[in-house]
Amino acid sequence: MIASEHLIEITSLIATALFILSLKWLSSPATARRGVWAGEIGMVLAIAGTLLHHGIVDYKWIAIALVLGAIIGVPLGNVAMTAVPQRTALSHAFGALCVTLVGTAEFYLRTPEVPRFTMSVLSLEVILGSLTFTGSLMAAGKLQEVLPQRPITYKGQNVVNLGMLAVAIIIAVLLVLDPGRTALYPVMIAISLAFGVMLIIPIGGADMPTVISLLNSYAGLSAAAMGFVLDSKLLIVAGALDGASGFILSVNMSKAMNRSFTNVLFGAFGQVQTTAAATQEARPVRSATAEEAAAILSAANRVVVVPGYGMAVAQAQHRVRELYDALTKRGVDVKFGIHPVAGRMPGHMNVLLAEADIPYDKLLDMDDANPDFPQTDVALVIGANDVTNPAARNDASSPIHGMPILDVDKARTVMVIKRSMSPGFAGIDNPLYYLDNTLMLFGDAKAFVGGIVRELSGASAAHGS
Amino acid sequence: MKVDLITSLYVFMLAAFIGFEVIRRVSPLLHTPLMSLTNALDAIAVVGAIIIAGERKTNMSTILGTIAIVAATSNVVGGFIITDRMLKMFKASKAPKQ
Repeated sequence: MIASEHLIEITSLIATALFILSLKWLSSPATARRGVWAGEIGMVLAIAGTLLHHGIVDYKWIAIALVLGAIIGVPLGNVAMTAVPQRTALSHAFGALCVTLVGTAEFYLRTPEVPRFTMSVLSLEVILGSLTFTGSLMAAGKLQEVLPQRPITYKGQNVVNLGMLAVAIIIAVLLVLDPGRTALYPVMIAISLAFGVMLIIPIGGADMPTVISLLNSYAGLSAAAMGFVLDSKLLIVAGALDGASGFILSVNMSKAMNRSFTNVLFGAFGQVQTTAAATQEARPVRSATAEEAAAILSAANRVVVVPGYGMAVAQAQHRVRELYDALTKRGVDVKFGIHPVAGRMPGHMNVLLAEADIPYDKLLDMDDANPDFPQTDVALVIGANDVTNPAARNDASSPIHGMPILDVDKARTVMVIKRSMSPGFAGIDNPLYYLDNTLMLFGDAKAFVGGIVRELSGASAAHGS
Repeated sequence: MKVDLITSLYVFMLAAFIGFEVIRRVSPLLHTPLMSLTNALDAIAVVGAIIIAGERKTNMSTILGTIAIVAATSNVVGGFIITDRMLKMFKASKAPKQ
């Protein structure tokens, strides 16, 4: 029995080291897959070690549950890359569900004798777990578009939300003072579950990257709290790593959206700004056909493509890859400038472009892409809007003023593929479209890029003959 | 028990520092796989669920523990699969220049 205890400790220790290495190796695409293997080995070791635990008297349900979980996990691991954000939200929900259920079981096993510190972290664990569970389900529903994506706001929303959270915390305090008040426990859970729903209601599609990161952080913290309750160092470390990761990504995302961190923490995002829209009536824009666009692109030396979520919606990434191939073949240097909030979760756009076989060294993040724009012949904007809006830089009255953008307007020629002149999701007019060096390419992203590719290959065939 | 608590707090603090330092170095290129990987690692919570389910102390704890194992295992399996699928797609240029 003593020997098995030691074995459990040692497997946990090795697993902890492997988890840290796993994230360390993720720092570059060259070593990243090794990181996954390290994580997998650590996980198998930790689970195997735990199965030796002397308190386990029955393996039947454990075995059934492990098999069932694997059966559910395999399809969740094989979703389309466009569906990764909702899959991630769903997995946050599952993680939070596990933590909440274990916390609840622990509470009912230990009540009424729960030490104060344990009860405090247990409350933290289940409050965070419950709100992350329903919040993540809501986020997944919005991303999957089974729930309305439009933010739902009402007067006093923050007061209601903070009030709910306050009540949950007060109940937690009462439980810490007297863990025997078991009747209060379900109330605390119910309020936390409801709070998770209310937290996500006011959030629209464009804010999803921040929300997913934040829920990621909550899921990690609740797991770390569970580690305190169960006195598992491995769980504390895994939870702390996950919490730190989610926190860093939330801060990144909120910076990229020019929102303060408190703004993010209290979920007061997603309000649709309608102020600056109505000013422009029918200002002239210049438009071009696929043929003209192909001619300009093939004459360029340097092209930077700026993709936005619209590109993914139009499923245009494989056409973009063909365009990349056609231009590269002609000796044009093609790179991609990627805004941190392009896509529906951090890094989503990189995954979509990598899936379309675009080499990752051509994918530049905002800080690397911006210095290049003044030397760029053509900036081609596909399905992105607000992240290219120069008003963010130079119009203090703009609702997005101060948000970091990709400086596409500094390129010699800007081409914007867009369905129509209607303003984007946030309802903010984009002065970029009226600049002298901007050409509007009106049409569906996939069809238009396909048209340019046809022109390019047709022209090269004509040259060849 | 009191001593263990302090040790746990130290562990949490140090792990948080390591987390910040390690994750800050992850290229923005890989932020999506980062999230799916940390999510899979986070599902190590399954070890707590296994013990709760296996101890069979009460019917309720066994049921809750069993459901918790299902939820966490689906994250472990799904999380590792999708992370590896994503990372497999990231390829460098054939003839890197510049």
